Amino acid sequence: MNLLEPAILTIITAATPLLLAAIGELVTERSGVLNLGVEGMMAMGAACAFAIAITTDSTALGIAGGVAAGTALAALFALMTLGFAANQVACGLALTILGLGLSGLIGADFVGARRDPMPKLEIPGLSDIPFIGPVLFGQDAFVYASVVLVAGVWWFLFHTRAGLTLRAVGDNHVSAHALGSKVLKVRLAAVLFGGACSGLAGAYLSLAYTPFWVKGMTAGRGWIALAIVVFSSWLPWRLMVGAYLFGSVSILQLYAQGAGIGLPSQLMSSLPYLATILVLVAIAGTRARARAPACLGVPFVPDR
Amino acid sequence: MRAFLKGAIAALGLAALVAAAPAEAQEKLKVGFVYVGPVGDFGWTYQHELGRRAMQEALGDKVESTYVENVPEGPDAERVIEGLVRSGHKLIFTTSFGFMEATVKVAQRNPEVKFEHATGYKRLPNLATYAGRFYQGRYISGQIAAKMSKTGVVGYIGSFPIPEVVSGINAFMLGTQSIRPDMKVKIVWVNSWFDPGKEGDAAKALLDQGADIIAQHTDSPAAMQVAAERGALAFGQDSDMIKFGPNTQLTSIINDWSGYYIDRVNAALNGTWESTDVWGGLDSGILKMAPYTNMPDDVKAMAEATQKSIHDGTYKVFTGPITKQDGTLAAQAGEVLPDPAILGMNWYIQGVDEKAPN
Repeated sequence: MNLLEPAILTIITAATPLLLAAIGELVTERSGVLNLGVEGMMAMGAACAFAIAITTDSTALGIAGGVAAGTALAALFALMTLGFAANQVACGLALTILGLGLSGLIGADFVGARRDPMPKLEIPGLSDIPFIGPVLFGQDAFVYASVVLVAGVWWFLFHTRAGLTLRAVGDNHVSAHALGSKVLKVRLAAVLFGGACSGLAGAYLSLAYTPFWVKGMTAGRGWIALAIVVFSSWLPWRLMVGAYLFGSVSILQLYAQGAGIGLPSQLMSSLPYLATILVLVAIAGTRARARAPACLGVPFVPDR
Repeated sequence: MRAFLKGAIAALGLAALVAAAPAEAQEKLKVGFVYVGPVGDFGWTYQHELGRRAMQEALGDKVESTYVENVPEGPDAERVIEGLVRSGHKLIFTTSFGFMEATVKVAQRNPEVKFEHATGYKRLPNLATYAGRFYQGRYISGQIAAKMSKTGVVGYIGSFPIPEVVSGINAFMLGTQSIRPDMKVKIVWVNSWFDPGKEGDAAKALLDQGADIIAQHTDSPAAMQVAAERGALAFGQDSDMIKFGPNTQLTSIINDWSGYYIDRVNAALNGTWESTDVWGGLDSGILKMAPYTNMPDDVKAMAEATQKSIHDGTYKVFTGPITKQDGTLAAQAGEVLPDPAILGMNWYIQGVDEKAPN
C-alpha cells in the first residue's frame, strides 16, 4: 500500500491555512506592527465566508466575504494601534477575543449547514501524471494561491522599492519618516494585507478544508501561524518550510498512530510543535542570525 | 504579557457573568444552564441547548430559562453558577464533568436551590446527577461495522483516552467481535474535543491505511464529510449527521436531553423533584439512534433487534466473558460488569490493537 501520495495530499491541505495566515502576518510584522489577532481574524473569515457562500450559493463571493471580514477586523486594529498608538499586544489579544465572539454570533444561524468542498482545479493532461499529477496539479485554488502569495511577498519585499520602504519602516521608523516615507500609511497597508490573508485562511477552513461552520473551528491555527512567523526569522521561503514542516509532522503522527506505533498519543500530538521549533532554530543558526524588525511592536507617533 | 493575559481572562469571566444577567420575571421558575462550549459547537453543548429549547417550548410560560456558554472548567465556573443563584435561578443544570466541584460548593451554600450535574458522581440532597449510556449505541455500531466492512478494518477517532472514551471503544469492539471475532480497529487520538481540521485529517489517515468505516468519539462532522468524499462509510456522533453524508452515515449516536429536562423541570414545578442519579441509555430516551441507513435490510434488522434487546434490558453490553488485553478475565461468562467498573474503565479488551492509557 503506497501511503506517500495520500499522506502528502493531506499534508498540503493541513499546511495551507497556516501558510496563508502566516504570510500575511509576516508582511504586517515586517512593517513593524505586531498583530496578535490572527486567530480572531481567521475565525471571522471562516464565519463570514461560510455565511455568504451559503446565502448566495457562490464560493467566490464567500471567499471575497472572508477576505473582507479579515480586512475589516484588521482595519479596526489599525485604527487603535496606528490611529491612537495603542498598545499592539493588548489590541491584538482583544482582536482575537472579539473575532472569536463575533464569529459565533454571525455563524449562529449556519451551525449544521453543509456545503460541498471546493472543487479541485485539475489541469488536463498534467493532473493524470502518476504521483506528481495529483500532488502538484490537482489542488484547490487556495493551495495555488498560498504558493503564489509566498513568491509574491518574497519578490515584493526583496526586489521592489516599495518592499524596501516597508522593511525600512519596520526597522527604523524614525529614519524612514525623516526620509519622507509615509510610515503610518505603509503600516496601514501592511496590517490590512495581513487581515486579508488571515480572512483568506479562514475562508479556506470553512469552504475547503472542513466545509461547514462551527464556533472555534480555527482551533488555535492563528497562534501557530504567529509562531511560524517568528521561527522563520521573517523570511518568506523559510516560512513556507515552517508551515509545511508543522503540517507534515502533525499529519504523519496521525498516520503513525493509525499504523499502531506504540508511543503515547499525547507525545505524538506534541511532536509538530517540538519538530518545528527544533528545525527552525537549527536553520536560523546556520546563517547570519536574522533578527526581528527593530521597530516590531513599537507605536509610531509622527512629531508633526 | 502575563498581565495582559490575566486581564483577558478576567474579561472573559466578566463577559460570562454579564451574559447571565437576570431578566425580570413574574412567578416563573427560573432555570439556568451552564455550558462548557459554545452553543454553536454542533456537538455536546449544542445537544444540551436543543434540550433546553425543547423544555422551554414544552413548558412555555411556566418557565424562564437562561444559559451561559463557554464557561471554563475551574474557578470561573463557581462564580458563574453562584451568579445564576443570585439572579434568582431555582434549578440549575451544569453540563460538563469539570463543573463537579464548583457545583458541589455552590449547592452546599444554597440548599434552597436545586442543582443537576451532568456526568458527575457527587450528589447532595439538592444536587442530582445525570448522564447517558452512550456506549450502548457504540455496541450496535460495532455490530453494524462488522457486517458492513469489506477490509475488516475500522478506523476509530478518539478524543482523549479517558474512561468514557475507552469504554466506548470496548463496547464497539465487543459489538464487532460478537459478529466477526477477527475484526481490527485502528485508533487515532486527536487529543482534542474540538478541532474539525484534525478530525478530518485523522479520518484521511485511517482510510488511507485500509479502514473502510469510520467511527468517532469527537464532536464535529468533519470525519463524516471526509468519509463521504472517499466513498467510505461512517458513524455520526452527538447529533444526526446524515446531511453531511447522505450515502455515508450508517447511524448516529444521538444525545437527546429534551425528555430528561422536561421531566426534571416539571418535577421541580410540581414539587416532586428529588436528588436522583440517572444514567440513562436507550430505555430513557437520552440515547437515541439515528435511522439505520446505507445498509442491507438484514443488517438493519440485526441492528434493530440488538437495539430492542438493549432497550428492554434483556441484553447488557458489558456481559462476560470479557477478557482484558493481558489475558485476565474482567467478567466471568454471564457476569455483568457493575456500573462503577464501566465508569472507571482504563483497560482495553482483547483484540484492541492499542496500548491502554494509564
